[in-house]
Amino acid sequence: MTDTLAPGGQPALSPQNAAIIQLTRKDFVSDQEVRWCPGCGDYSILAQTQKVMPDFGYPKENIVFISGIGCSGRLPYYMNTYGFHSIHGRAPAIATGLKAARPDLMVWVITGDGDALSIGGNHLIHSMRRNVDIRVIMFNNRIYGLTKGQASPTSEIGKVTKSTPLGTVDYPISPLTIALAAEASFIARSVDTHTEHLQQTLTRAGFHRGSVFTEVLQNCNIFNDGAHREFTDREVREDRMLALEHGQPMIFGKDRDMGLRLNGYQPEVVKLGDDFRVEDLLVHDEQDPLIAFMLSRLYWPDFPVPVGVIRDIRRPTHDELVTNQIEEAIAARGEGNLQALLNGNDTWTVK
Amino acid sequence: MTTTNEREIPMEELERVTIRFAGDSGDGMQVAGTQFTRTSAVFGNDVSTLPDFPAEIRAPAGSLPGVSGFQISFSSTDIHTPGDEPDVLVAMNPAALKVNLNELPAGAALIVNEDAFTATNLAKAGYASNPLKDGSLHNWNVFPIPISTLNTRALEGLEMTSKQMDLTKNFFALGVMFWLYERSMEPTLQWIGDKFKKRPIFADANKRALRAGYAFGETTEIFHSRYMVPRAPQRPGTYRNLTGNEGAALGFVAASVKANRPLFYGSYPITPASDILHELASYKTFGVKTFQAEDEIAAIGSAIGASYGGAMGMTGTSGPGIALKSEAMGLAVMVELPLVIIDVQRAGPSTGMPTKNEQADLLQVLYGRNSDSPVAVVAPATPGETFWYAFEAWRLALKYMTPVVFLSDAFLATGAEPWPIPSVDDLPDISVPNRTEKAGFRPYDRDPQTLARPWAVPGTPGLEHRIGGLEKADLTGNVSYDPENHHRMQELRQAKIAGIANDIPELEVAGPAEGDLLILGWGSTYGSIRSAVERLQARGHSVAHAHLRYLNPFPRNTGDVVKAYKRVMIPEINLGQLSMLIRARYLVDAQGYNKVRGKPFRISEIEAEAERLIAELRGASR
Repeated sequence: MTDTLAPGGQPALSPQNAAIIQLTRKDFVSDQEVRWCPGCGDYSILAQTQKVMPDFGYPKENIVFISGIGCSGRLPYYMNTYGFHSIHGRAPAIATGLKAARPDLMVWVITGDGDALSIGGNHLIHSMRRNVDIRVIMFNNRIYGLTKGQASPTSEIGKVTKSTPLGTVDYPISPLTIALAAEASFIARSVDTHTEHLQQTLTRAGFHRGSVFTEVLQNCNIFNDGAHREFTDREVREDRMLALEHGQPMIFGKDRDMGLRLNGYQPEVVKLGDDFRVEDLLVHDEQDPLIAFMLSRLYWPDFPVPVGVIRDIRRPTHDELVTNQIEEAIAARGEGNLQALLNGNDTWTVK
Repeated sequence: MTTTNEREIPMEELERVTIRFAGDSGDGMQVAGTQFTRTSAVFGNDVSTLPDFPAEIRAPAGSLPGVSGFQISFSSTDIHTPGDEPDVLVAMNPAALKVNLNELPAGAALIVNEDAFTATNLAKAGYASNPLKDGSLHNWNVFPIPISTLNTRALEGLEMTSKQMDLTKNFFALGVMFWLYERSMEPTLQWIGDKFKKRPIFADANKRALRAGYAFGETTEIFHSRYMVPRAPQRPGTYRNLTGNEGAALGFVAASVKANRPLFYGSYPITPASDILHELASYKTFGVKTFQAEDEIAAIGSAIGASYGGAMGMTGTSGPGIALKSEAMGLAVMVELPLVIIDVQRAGPSTGMPTKNEQADLLQVLYGRNSDSPVAVVAPATPGETFWYAFEAWRLALKYMTPVVFLSDAFLATGAEPWPIPSVDDLPDISVPNRTEKAGFRPYDRDPQTLARPWAVPGTPGLEHRIGGLEKADLTGNVSYDPENHHRMQELRQAKIAGIANDIPELEVAGPAEGDLLILGWGSTYGSIRSAVERLQARGHSVAHAHLRYLNPFPRNTGDVVKAYKRVMIPEINLGQLSMLIRARYLVDAQGYNKVRGKPFRISEIEAEAERLIAELRGASR
């Protein structure tokens, strides 16, 4: 397997290696029977994940899927890689320790809106601020599914659920804004049913080195059917969603005649034509935190819902920094001598 | 005034002396105490220490909550405790006097910094009149010394503010004590030189203060005697001074070296466990990776992740942190990965008294999780033993693929004793292999002897598998809701831990193998119990001492031991936890002796309770 290792001992993420290793989608399908409700959006996310997995050039034994609790938590059972179905909310913490101990592994964290943003909020935030090289994929169905239908941190205010019969009084959290505030180095959004877009997004996420936060808008056909239908349905999606592309003006609409521009500090939807031209529109820049912040706040019905890669920057990852400190210490002082350590600086001898 | 040479001061030889240094938390009492300890240990006394510091980092100067103390007992014989009561109290201000006086026996020496007995300080300590002048200290042998004045005079000419000068007065007091007990100043002078290498003026000031205190002892006429505590007979070898937290950190690194696996330590700062994080963070050249997590749960989560990856994942905390970690401890039980969890116990419940001692987390670490969730538990008895039980915790964790709790406490963590340094070559190899063989691999297949499952780490081709917190099917590790399977797995997890009893030493007894009374203890009560038992035995009582280092499983002969005596007494710094376990497990009428004051037991109180039980026994048999 040495031929797949890049300098530094880490298997390279590259299509070339993918060609050498030559895995297919089938290699990533485990022998476990998939047990989500028929019609669940998770099936599509699983399928796209399995489909893009051969592209990264990692041998499958070097790939680990870690999940928390919730419907999303079952995904690792269905991936024929190493997998760890842990406890509620803690997957980012477990993944952080794994990645620090084993920088050579490609680590994915599969989570949901309740798992990541409610019980596991602290771990999510801190894994992102440390730029831990893990790929967090958050399935957002805006409901607690596994516990049979309670409001989640992304449920809209006023939502009537079993736990909120008169409507929830809690305002929803904005996942992408949280990710941005925590300085995740890669932030993206996609949709379960938009298979091609989801594959592209997962591929970008997979090739990123550093903390990935990808929100996948997912439908729960049992407890929150049509969670995102207003803007994701085939008939309306082009008019109500803004597919981002780095370096490209923000154009959307079936006829590609709508755009987003800044009016002062405020984003504004405009119609291209006599009053506004393409040059007036905002150009997406994945490295600009202010654009990323603005995009993270836009949502239907006031704005089209941005999808695609919102932010992609490179900075040293947690495991790189940890490893560097150890390598530098050893370079400066040599490898530790246990007997010298036990002796300490202050000994006396009794004869 | 007589000169040094002319003055003849008698030298008295003592077997053992206990000194308590007490002052404001900014007065450097811990430094003074530590230096006295080091010097005495290097000289060849047996030493035992007990620091006692407030939770407030800097409580208002001169106030009662701000008092910090350090007790050291040094002896020409083998000792087990820092002493019940001090023979000498060094009190740097009225508050220190007030807080400590009730533990000072009549006739003891009281050395006070009389300069600090100002109206303001007296008021802060709640004294209506000056105890140095109102006769209220007539029961003690009082030596008032104007330490601040004398010290400032000794530092005259140095370019320092008077406030900076005053910070060195702990060394003046230490100098006086060095003279009084005929100790060399050399180790401390050298320490000061190293410590203030970059600030020579402070080095100079502290050295001057130390020498001035020593010279004051020589020249003043207030002391009529000096004291000498001769060397203790120690086994030949090379020694160092060791606190329990240092010992634990060294033991964990040694285990990593001897297991040939990298150590990963995930921890969240908490008193009194943080020093283990600080120590391990400085061992980078041993490949130790430390991770200051965002909370206690992430700390253990990261450790589980590291162990999953084939490293030696470890986490450390105190009782409140164990409460937060308990769900993840259950996960480690379910996924059967090696993991060491350090609990440096402190007084509770809740935040309790963070810097004070207690051993009340025993039931928490054994049973404080949902369902039957067995883990192994080891508990060192002395600061020096922490090294060996840290190493042992890892031996068990690796061999049995299980979480192991290392149960220390605040007294062990901060207390110190001379430690014979082991040779690295004498430490056993505790390495275990990773599973690499593809043929016949099943994630929950077990070693028939240890019942450990294979450690198949990510990166191993052909062994891709899934683990998790859901119940596992025996052998395959697939998710299972089968009723019979769950019963079998619960029993297997239990049997795996119980089987460790065959792999650990039997419980040893100091004293007669049967007789009137067994005093059974665990953890840091060792010293007080052992000293009390020695005294009782010297008086001809039929008393034995046994001390458990393994709390789960118990050594296999524990039942035989506790049944061999007419009475069993279990002293614990809790309200009766081990005694409940022993009674339930072995159906013996063990009597708890329980005090929870944030302090170790006094030898004398264990002695008194033992005598009461023996007298009761005699009465019953008549």
